[in-house]
Amino acid sequence: MNRTRHARRWLIILPPLLFLLIFFLVPFFYTLKISFAESVIRIPPFTDIFTRTADHRLHLTLDLNNFRRLFTEEVYGLAYLFSLRTAFFSTLTCLLLGYPIAYAMSRAPRATQKVLLLAIILPFWTSFLLRVYALEAVIQNDGILNMLLLRLGLISHPLVIMHTNLAIYIGIVYSYLPYMVLPLFATLQKLDPALLEAASDLGSPPWRAFLDITLPLSLPGIIAGSMLVFIPAVGEFVIPSLLGGPGNLMIGRVLWDEFFTNHDWPVASAVAIAFVVLLVGPIAIYQYFSARHLES
Amino acid sequence: MRRQFSALHVAILCLGIGVLYVPIVVLIGYSFNASPMVNVWGGFSTIWYSRLLHHQNLLDSALLSLEVAMCAASIAVVLGTLAAIALVRFARFPGRFLLSAMVTAPLVMPEVITGIALLLLFVSLLHTFSWPHRGFFTIVFAHATFCIAYVTVTVQSRLHGADQSLEEAAMDLGAGPGRAFIDITLPLIAPAIISGWLLSFTLSLDDLVSSSFMAGPSTNTLPMLIYSKVKLGLSPVINALATLIIVAVGAGVICAGWMMRRAEARHELEMHEAERLNAAPRVPDLRERVPRAVRSPS
Repeated sequence: MNRTRHARRWLIILPPLLFLLIFFLVPFFYTLKISFAESVIRIPPFTDIFTRTADHRLHLTLDLNNFRRLFTEEVYGLAYLFSLRTAFFSTLTCLLLGYPIAYAMSRAPRATQKVLLLAIILPFWTSFLLRVYALEAVIQNDGILNMLLLRLGLISHPLVIMHTNLAIYIGIVYSYLPYMVLPLFATLQKLDPALLEAASDLGSPPWRAFLDITLPLSLPGIIAGSMLVFIPAVGEFVIPSLLGGPGNLMIGRVLWDEFFTNHDWPVASAVAIAFVVLLVGPIAIYQYFSARHLES
Repeated sequence: MRRQFSALHVAILCLGIGVLYVPIVVLIGYSFNASPMVNVWGGFSTIWYSRLLHHQNLLDSALLSLEVAMCAASIAVVLGTLAAIALVRFARFPGRFLLSAMVTAPLVMPEVITGIALLLLFVSLLHTFSWPHRGFFTIVFAHATFCIAYVTVTVQSRLHGADQSLEEAAMDLGAGPGRAFIDITLPLIAPAIISGWLLSFTLSLDDLVSSSFMAGPSTNTLPMLIYSKVKLGLSPVINALATLIIVAVGAGVICAGWMMRRAEARHELEMHEAERLNAAPRVPDLRERVPRAVRSPS
């Protein structure tokens, strides 16, 4: 009995485990391997780090040049810094805009909440690529935003937003705002109103109650939402390549170019590995908080 | 104290959620613009929609994307549900941590990285075994990999909420664990499985980055085609196409949501009815007094 149950368990566990091992984890180790190879002109365009000598001994050649280039060539350092900075400030903006929205949603009557939730989730279902494209029509030089501002007399010349870093910020904030609002709403909704009531009974003004009770208790939502925006934003490709300027240095774009334009796969692998190392911290934080959220 | 829902809250919501929809509404408006200059209004017209129908490349790509999304979502829904069952029902097994990490990581991992990593693997597999050639199947596998994460998360939270005592009752009445799961728990988590499939389908349909890495010379998915056109600026044909996609997906999601809510309501009504019928002579539940270990010898 115990045996068959055990075997049946593995029938459930093994298929997803094996699939993810093969298509998710193994590729990373493979990338790591190639990041130590040398770039050569052949197919595939890199040397094998394991070679066999005449007497059938296995030789391991680790070429650290690709990683050295990450430090010596300015473009990579700049790209990492620029991506981190862009992601950080977009996340902050998302938080500042998303918190009031989530807060207001948590105060809405239950029936309204369902509609609001649908309204927030719906853009998430519609194409990301098309939403970024749609933004282009709004922020173009002769787009709706400039037309509106000119009409209102707030500006005398159209603002140049397209193909600047500002466009990247706007793009990320616009596309990722729902990812911030949803976890925030989830924690704010669970907040026990009796706590606020107690605070107000004890003479605490609303702003004080907010700082002492609401804000600390919504911290898991703040962290989960921030990570959910920050991590993909660092590696964003579509937004900088459609909205950003031609020379912007988002790391996702640098990687793409290294791969498709320069065909230097070992360097691209090294860039990717360094990138993963950079993201391990934020991902671990996110995992920790999402695991806690699921358990509660 | 009742939670107040003040005018300020309403204003914030209208503004915040409104802004999310402005670009989409503008896009839909422009798709009916007769002028080929996208930003100059030249009167109402549906000319770009009829142009779409004669765009053979576009139709081919759309068909390919639908096929890919169908396959990827189906693979993801099976594997993702299995992973969710394993993570929720089996408290300890070797590799549990690995599985849960691998399931959630693709949710946040930038696609450029996973795309490159998977491509490197496929290229060297091709070099060593002359298989697989980049194309349909490599795209499907790449999409399924990140879709599994979404299915698992959706099903997981539903499984947490599902009442396991019903399944135990079925087993007490002689059903095997497999039978009990299929008859009792599967219908309970079906809404999550369906929404997991739908979410995977739309994610796959929309994916640009992974597809670009995985595609062979002759496989051009719809997002890849759109991207190559959009890269050159706004295009009225793409506006029309985008409108069609957005309206179709939006309508699909709202319909699915509505149908699920109805099924849910019916289910709750039945449960309520059953409870009412059961309530009359309440027999003390002895099982509560028996330690769990004794109850289900294993």
